[in-house]
Order: sequence, then C-alpha cells, then structure tokens
Amino acid sequence: MSGLGTLTRKELMESLRTRRLPVVVVLFAGLGILSVLTARYLSEILELALGDQAGAIPIPDPTVADAVTELQQNIGQFGALTAIVLAMGTVAWERERGTAAFILTKPASRAAFLAAKIVALGAVLGIATATAAAVAWAYTAVLFEPLPPAGWVVMTVLVWVGLMAWASVTFLASTVLRSAAAAAGVGIVAVLGLPLASAIPTVGRWLPPGLDGPANAVARGATFDAAGLLSALAGTTAIIGGSTLAAWLVFRRQEL
Amino acid sequence: MSDISPELVLLLVPLALIQIGLVVAALWDLTRPGRRVRGGSRAVWAVVILLVSTIGPIVYFLAGREDEATPDRASAAPAPDAMDGWVPPGARAVGPTAAAVVAAPAPSFDGPAISCRGLAKRYGGPGGGVLALQGLDLDVPAGSVFGLLGPNGAGKTTTLRILAGLTHQSAGSATVAGTPVVPGGIDVPRHIGFLDQDPRYYGWLTGRETVDLVGRLHGLDERERAFRTAEVLARLALTDAADRRVSTYSGGMRQRLGIAQALVNKPPVLILDEPVSSLDPEGRRDLLALIAGLRGSSTVLFSTHVLADVERVCDRVAILDRGRLIVEGPLDDLLERFALPIYRLDPEPGQARAVDRLVERLRSLDWVAEIATGHDYVRVIVSDPGRAAKELLPAVVAEGVSLAAYERVRPTLEDVFLRLVGRNAAGRVA
Repeated sequence: MSGLGTLTRKELMESLRTRRLPVVVVLFAGLGILSVLTARYLSEILELALGDQAGAIPIPDPTVADAVTELQQNIGQFGALTAIVLAMGTVAWERERGTAAFILTKPASRAAFLAAKIVALGAVLGIATATAAAVAWAYTAVLFEPLPPAGWVVMTVLVWVGLMAWASVTFLASTVLRSAAAAAGVGIVAVLGLPLASAIPTVGRWLPPGLDGPANAVARGATFDAAGLLSALAGTTAIIGGSTLAAWLVFRRQEL
Repeated sequence: MSDISPELVLLLVPLALIQIGLVVAALWDLTRPGRRVRGGSRAVWAVVILLVSTIGPIVYFLAGREDEATPDRASAAPAPDAMDGWVPPGARAVGPTAAAVVAAPAPSFDGPAISCRGLAKRYGGPGGGVLALQGLDLDVPAGSVFGLLGPNGAGKTTTLRILAGLTHQSAGSATVAGTPVVPGGIDVPRHIGFLDQDPRYYGWLTGRETVDLVGRLHGLDERERAFRTAEVLARLALTDAADRRVSTYSGGMRQRLGIAQALVNKPPVLILDEPVSSLDPEGRRDLLALIAGLRGSSTVLFSTHVLADVERVCDRVAILDRGRLIVEGPLDDLLERFALPIYRLDPEPGQARAVDRLVERLRSLDWVAEIATGHDYVRVIVSDPGRAAKELLPAVVAEGVSLAAYERVRPTLEDVFLRLVGRNAAGRVA
C-alpha cells in the first residue's frame, strides 16, 4: 500500500490540527467522570431533583457494577454518535472538496488512502476510549473500590472494537454514498437497528452489542461467557473488516 | 444545596470545567475572523453550541467547522499579504531557472511521452449520457510543450483527468512516459506532475507542508525534500507565504502552489489543466516563461482557453471540439496549413462613407472569406491569395479610399481556431 505511512501521518496531523482528537478526548474524559459520578450519586441526585418524593422510589445502594454499566452505556451512546460524526465525512468530504484528487494523482494507492483514514479513526477513538476508561477507573477506585487494571484494559479494548464497528459502517457509507449526511444516516440506522437485531439470540451473539456483557464482567473481574465473547468479537471484527473491504472495492473504481 | 457532600462538589468540578471549556472553546473558534462553517450561518452554530448541551460543541468541532480544505475559488478572500505574488523579473534574476527546477532525469522510455489511442469517455449510463471524448488518437513528443485547445466541453479536462488516473476511459488506451494508464494505478503518478483545473489543498497545512507531503508521497528523502521544497517555492515566489496555512492563500497563490507541488519530484511529464487561469498578467507571463523553460528537459501538456498563451510557449498544438480531435501538429505547420491570408487596410480618417462602400464591395467578391472592421481598420481574410494580390488594391482605388497603411499580416492561432472550430464555437470559448 504505497503511501500508507505518509497518509497516516497526514491523517493524524489533521486530527490534531482540526482539533478533532483533543475535542473527542475531552468529551470521552467527561463521559468517564460523569458515568461513575452518576452511578455513585444517583440517589442524591434524585433527592435533589424530587425532594421528598424521592423516598417513594426504591433505589438500591450503588455498586461498582453500576459504575461499569453506566460507563459502557454512556460510551456506547455518545461514543457511537461521535464515531458516526467522525466517520461521516472521511471520504465524502475529501471527494467533494477535491483533496482526494490532489492526493490520488500522486504515487499513493487508493487502498492506502482508505487504510490511513481507518487507522486515524481507530487512533482517535482508541485514545479517547482509553482516556475515558482511565479517568473512570480512577473515579471508581476513589468512589467504590479499585478494580483489576487488566480486566479494565480488556473492557476498554472491547468497547473500542464496538465503536469501530459503527465507525466502519459509516465509513463505508461515506465512500459509497458521496454524501456525508447520508453516511451519518446509515450509521445511525446501524446503531439503532443492530441492537434490535440482537434480540434474536442466534443473530445477537455475533453483533457488537454482544460484547457488552462479557466486557462488563471482565472489568469487574467476574466470570463471563467466553464463547459468547468470542462470537461477538468475531462478528464485530467481520463487520469492521467487511465494511473496510467493501469500501475499498467501491473506491478503487470510483471516479474523482 | 447543603445536602450536597463536599466530595461530590469536588468530583463535579472537572466535569463542569470540561463542559464550560468545550462551550468557550467552540464559541471562541466560531467567532474567529474568517471562520467558515457548514450551512453558512455562524449564528445557528452559536445556538447549537450554547443550547445543545455537551453535544453542541462536539458536533460543531467535528462537523461544523469548514477549514479543512481551501475555499472555493469564487469565495477565496485574499489575505492582507495575498498579493505578494510575483517579484519583478529583474529582482528574481538569481533564482533557479526552469530547467534547473525540473531537470528531470533522461527519459527511460522510447517514443512519445504521452500517447492516446482510441480514447473515449462517456458520462452517464451506457444507453445515454454525454460522449465527452470520441476516439482520441494523440501523441505528445518527449520534451515538447504541447497545448491542448478547445471550447468549453471539448474534452480537454476529461483527457487530462484520464491521463492522471482520476477519470476512467470508456474505451481506448493511453500511456504516459511509456507506462500504461490504469484507473487508480500508481505507476503513472510516479512519472507525472499534475495540476487540476481547480486545485484544492488541505487548508490546515501550510504551503511548505503541502509541497513536502507531495515529496513524501514521491519517496524523496528528508534532505532532498527540504531542498526541493524550498527550491520550487522560491521559483514560484511563495517563499514568504510558505509557512502560512493554505486556507489563507488567494486563488493565484493556490495556482502557483499547484505548480510548485507538481514540480517537486522533477517529473518527466507535467500535465497542467488551465495552469494560468487564476493569475494576473504578470503572473501569467512568468508562469508561461517557466513552462517554456522546461522544453527539452520535461514534457509539458497543458490545456488553456487563451490562444495567445499557446502561441507564446507551445511547439505543438491539438484542437479538440465536442470530444473529437480536429487537428494536431506543430504550431507553425498549423498556421501555414489552416490560416487564410489576412490583409489589413488602415484608411485615412474622415472617409466613413467611402469605407462603407468598400466593405460592401469586398463582401460581394468570391475570394473574400470574411471581413472585420474596427474604427480605424478593415481586416480582410481571403480565400484566394493570388486574386487578392491583384484585385484588392484596385477595389480600394475604385471606391476612392485613401490608405494610411496596407499590409498582409501574419494569421494568428485564433484565426486557425475560429476557422477549424467554427464561428459558433467562439461564443463558447471562455
């Protein structure tokens, strides 16, 4: 893939110069903090909001599992939205503006052009997810109890893989549809639709939402369904790889 | 509020700082001079940032800002020092010559630098659409400066984009520097420098970084990149603006940057689509001198609407019309073969009625192809030079017109162009 190193460097520099990377990292850091605080102080927040009426709602004592679940849910929702926004214009905007034509009249292969973008997307989401996880781990240690770092790292990787699935589907749409807005629409449909499909057990175990349960358990150091984890991981990886491959198959014949 | 534990307040502080920081940063960025946003309305984005919780600033930063690419040519606002373009030629006498800037290695291919055989392009579906190029056969000799002419829609840009690998031919084949053109391939780009008709670059890169990026893609090592980048930027008079972001460049500066990046790899073949269209007269003159200076060391294929530019620098010319090659050959041969002789008559002043009668008389003669009149001249294009030599002056005498001057003038490429493409095409030439 001629030009991959140069183009990856260019993409990462673009993420920094256009402030995408710092902004997403800050957002995810906020999610990390918010998640643990919400889990720990939900009862107090409800008391403040509802006053005496809060007593009528039975709220169980917060546990470390709540913190992990809250983190997963927040990153799952806001992170998916961020992944879609990051990926929606990756190819469509470059083609629209003519910068893709500028690059691809140089000795840079179309495969490298796409691969660099996927690598940069992965790097931005990876750094942001790691930041959120690190902040959340520290807050969890202060507000609940320290959890095994190794399990927390595995959970972080699984969350990141899940986000990459949404990013890669949007990336494929950005390549095929020539419109960033349409690509975002496809990404949102995927985010909303795949969890619904997960309700079908035979299908759901292969989809990204299937990563949530094992990730939660491994973060807490609890036992988990290894077979379920492997099938969800394989399915999600296939979505990422398949979307990227399909994007390349389309893009290599596209006129610019 | 007394029920809130101090611990909670302490833990909420970073969250509040993140929220406030994002909003402030987004608003600060939004209000920067020259900031362009998608959708065009900064007021709408301000509302989004302020009212849509944490997501507002995020959506603004990731999707709302519009500074990743250079602005449209029409809307490009020159920066205060954007007109710092071309220093007077005398002041630049110490700069490297065009040949030194390019100095491509001796070509390792035999035959023409560019060859097209039966090249065709249809836009749209197989059953309809537009046939932009129809069986183009063209050879561009190595080391020549070759002009591609034609009215709008003639197929010039389509041809150049096929050669650069951006557009795929519907039929036929082409080679550049002996290498077959393959859609999306990277072998041809190794041998060419390419300038698009409306060049776009990453607005967040500086001019120097843009040229350096191209050098990296061509595999130049760090030392050579630094040297070549400085050299071509100096040759294109962009040194002073080299470390400014490209988003601040004017249209002319971007065009010069386009030439600079096309030259950085010392390409044996340069393909330039309308390279002087955004330049002022001085910039146009200097760039044409640069192109002319490449003759012999590099092959230049460029398209233009400006026929005078072609006459100034080209060895050979091809004229396209409606996707077909009308004529191709050395410029002098074309002028010899296709230009009809032209006589210019400059009547003495104060003979308007006599001149009108003369023009009427000339129009009725079968050896007169066309007449053009100005306020102090009559231009007679003739189809039979022999008869014109014998009968023109007697016609002038017969109508009693006194002449201040009478000469047979050299036909121009414009005369050839208009004759071959047709008068109707003149209106289509931008």
